Amino acid sequence: MRKQSQVRIAVYTLIAAHAVILLGDFVAPYPYAVQNRDYSFVGPTRIHLIDRQGRFHVRPFIYGLRYRSPEDMEEGEQIFPIRFLILGSEYKLAGFLPARTHLFGVDEPARIFLLGTDQYGRDQLSRLLRGGQISLLAGFVATALSIGIGLLFGIIAGYYGRLPDEALMRLTEVFMVLPWLYLLLAVKGFLPLNLGPIRSFLLVTVVIGLVGWARPARLIRGIVLSAKERNYVIAARGFGASDLYIFRRHILPQTMTVLLTQATLLVTTYSLSEMTLSFLGLGISEPVPSWGNMLASLQQYHVLTSYWWMFAPAFPAILIFWGYYTVANSLQESGQ
Amino acid sequence: MGSYVLKRVFHGALLAFAVSVLTFALLELAPGSYFDELRANPNISAETITLLKTRYGLDKPLPMRYERWLESAIHGDFGVSLAYNTSVRALLLPRAKNTILLTGLATFVAWVIAIPLGIWSSTRRSTWRGHIVEAAASSLLVIPEMILALACLWIAVRTHMFPVGGMTSAQFSELDQWARFKDLASHLVVPITVLALGMLPVLIRHVRSSMAEALSSPFVRAARAHGIPGRWVLIQYALPVAANPLISLFGFSLAGLLSASMLVEVVIGWPGIGPLLLESVLARDVYVVIGAVMLSSLLVIFGNFVADLLLRAADPRIRTGVS
Repeated sequence: MRKQSQVRIAVYTLIAAHAVILLGDFVAPYPYAVQNRDYSFVGPTRIHLIDRQGRFHVRPFIYGLRYRSPEDMEEGEQIFPIRFLILGSEYKLAGFLPARTHLFGVDEPARIFLLGTDQYGRDQLSRLLRGGQISLLAGFVATALSIGIGLLFGIIAGYYGRLPDEALMRLTEVFMVLPWLYLLLAVKGFLPLNLGPIRSFLLVTVVIGLVGWARPARLIRGIVLSAKERNYVIAARGFGASDLYIFRRHILPQTMTVLLTQATLLVTTYSLSEMTLSFLGLGISEPVPSWGNMLASLQQYHVLTSYWWMFAPAFPAILIFWGYYTVANSLQESGQ
Repeated sequence: MGSYVLKRVFHGALLAFAVSVLTFALLELAPGSYFDELRANPNISAETITLLKTRYGLDKPLPMRYERWLESAIHGDFGVSLAYNTSVRALLLPRAKNTILLTGLATFVAWVIAIPLGIWSSTRRSTWRGHIVEAAASSLLVIPEMILALACLWIAVRTHMFPVGGMTSAQFSELDQWARFKDLASHLVVPITVLALGMLPVLIRHVRSSMAEALSSPFVRAARAHGIPGRWVLIQYALPVAANPLISLFGFSLAGLLSASMLVEVVIGWPGIGPLLLESVLARDVYVVIGAVMLSSLLVIFGNFVADLLLRAADPRIRTGVS
């Protein structure tokens, strides 16, 4: 019972987090690449309800920042109420719907940085949301790729047996012996580095997906091996059913639970792989954010010690990974 | 037993060969090369580059390059680093020692904590103490290693309790024996904590679940019914039965000795294989990268081999082939 409610919370959390990230451009007050050189490493903007005169405001407000020097920002006198559904910069909602409405914002010339800014004065919240889109999408695409290859090779190996089976399984052994992080780094490192953001993203995801196909392939092979001995499969073949028909109707449905469990686990693993590559400077390149390259700035000593809000991507990442792990665990238990 | 070992060694050698061919082909066929950077440098003429390529044998076709490399690998050199102009072995060996010092200690710490904690919590699964262990293990499991490393680094910097960055202090060479040991030990604390915390949840979960499975089997109930004391049942009856998955897991631990600490080494600045590999990847120093990948793969093969031998020694069912 307790377990069940935990899984339910995990599923709701995942849905909510993915929805926020999918609609990230609407939630984000600014475009992810806009720099405000005067606002380098500004802490999270404080939201007030009571002003300095002690008056209560129904609408939450912020004080505009007064710039004195890069290290010294203080709240000025002027009050800027937080406005909801405000018109701002143009964007494409979920990647295709052109829109200009943002969930919240403040009037010019004030800026609102709910999670502070980075070195170039870019809004951390806006970057966090776009970074989430990148990191999770990388996870999904790489998962689809490696499950697809795993399914294809697993079915071939399990169904046809003999030589293809032998050859493919030896190949999976080779891939499973290779330390995946090393391999990932190596392969990515020797591919061209100076690519546009879209091509570099595709390259990263393809490399991640290709490196990890071996484990799903072995799992699927095992299921196919046991499935093809079932009486109804033998019967179907006796009736003259084609291989394709048997795959589709009798073997594929058997692999579904395992595929789903694997997919939930792989999404986190591969999102993390993308984060790791970007963290090490071999993944998504600036100015496009990913949770990995956002965390990378913490490798600088002064950033680590002085600007705690640079840890921001850690929280959504942990939350989402927890959600996926919980769901994967319960899928695994229900499968057994 | 002898013929089995021989067969496994042969299989391992074959696997290592296949891994080397694959790595070599992948990296050598990739479009980037060490000379791309040199070519962009106006101070280096095209003739110099051609000369360098001939010197390192990089103008030859792929199979010949592989043959040269294999010969050098069998002699233990693993080729030449283009950036450092020394054998890859001379570059990798001291780094590998540092890495294994770190990961070996971390693995040891993790196992020493995980086994008693896992056994202890397997008997208390439905109590609040058991739930605490479970919750701690699950929450550690979902924290990515880079975040764990950064958080530990942050705490260490904030509290000034432990030095961070590097393996020794700047004045290390002037210290006497005991002070050197203390200096090294204090530098080890933060990276070992990160690594051990990263390994713990997986270990604890495996120990606990395999122990719980063993404890729920009929022979344990029979032993209890005969009046054998609970602790004795746990150690003498349940633990050997629960050992198999743990032995496989131990193989994984061995296998990860070189590659598990990559990220932590980079974040902490530990002079192990990780930072060297990253640097070589960025410089496209191809033989160093191949060397590091190969060394680590060999360790994986070795870890699996050791685990299989231990499994055979521990479990008569595997030895005799009867299930």
